Amino acid sequence: MSSPQPRIGVLRFPGACDDRDALWALAAFDAEAVFVWHTETELPDLDAVVLPGGFSYGDYLRCGAIARFAPAMSAVAEFAANGGLVLGICNGFQILCEAGLLPGVLRRNESLSFVCRDVPLVVERADTPFTNRCTEGERLTIPVKHGEGAWFADDDLYEELVGRRQIVLRYAEPVNGSRADVAGVVNERGNVMGLMPHPEHAVDPLLGSADGAFILSSLVESARERTLAAF
Amino acid sequence: MLVRPKHGILDPQGQAVESSLRQLGFSVSDARVGRVVDLEVSSTDMSSARAEVERMCQQLLANPLIESYEIELAEDRT
Repeated sequence: MSSPQPRIGVLRFPGACDDRDALWALAAFDAEAVFVWHTETELPDLDAVVLPGGFSYGDYLRCGAIARFAPAMSAVAEFAANGGLVLGICNGFQILCEAGLLPGVLRRNESLSFVCRDVPLVVERADTPFTNRCTEGERLTIPVKHGEGAWFADDDLYEELVGRRQIVLRYAEPVNGSRADVAGVVNERGNVMGLMPHPEHAVDPLLGSADGAFILSSLVESARERTLAAF
Repeated sequence: MLVRPKHGILDPQGQAVESSLRQLGFSVSDARVGRVVDLEVSSTDMSSARAEVERMCQQLLANPLIESYEIELAEDRT
């Protein structure tokens, strides 16, 4: 019997620009990837949701602040509340933070400059559904491209998150002024993750790195296990 | 509504503005850059208008993790 293909939705907001790359990369790891338009009030039958990068609604006011009120985001919040897997990449991370589904907020880069380059990352946790194909302490090279990627949490919140092991990825060098070089976090339950680097842009050595595959194939396989468990 | 970065939060935009002002010869410190939102609400009294604007700030206009806000109301009887 062939293993079932997990169905993963990629949300499309006006102003998104990495939605097609995300769809392509997920399909490359043998997921059935489908677009979900931002005005949908219900999600189709999905095993996971990806919020891709871009500049949703022009990123007016604050990045992600408007997109969090898109009709599809209420459905995503419900999906997450039921334990569904949700991954936010770059703008998707910003939206999840603004929506309160992930802790902290993403602010203007400390340098005030847009950063667009491959960055070294350290995997802090390899026991999440998004990183279980990595090993703890492993270094990955994945590109970033953002102007507002400095993750921030105040002292109390940051200590809480460290205590609960919610920091999943850190930059191995300063990139954007992010607090303690945090590059990716999960929610307390561990089913929602956000990261600023773009794994969907690093799934083929031709693109300079294929390390993004560790993240996306972790997600696809975790979603597949859930499909199997449902049988 | 006046939305500004909270005290103690690094404000790189404010720092850039400050260093430009210094280059122009102004002796300034602690420059912070925020944002102003002007709008009209149709309320019959000031207290309900304030409550409504307060909700706007909490839900959308300010992110309480990093920003504080002030509300200024003016009456327009026309």
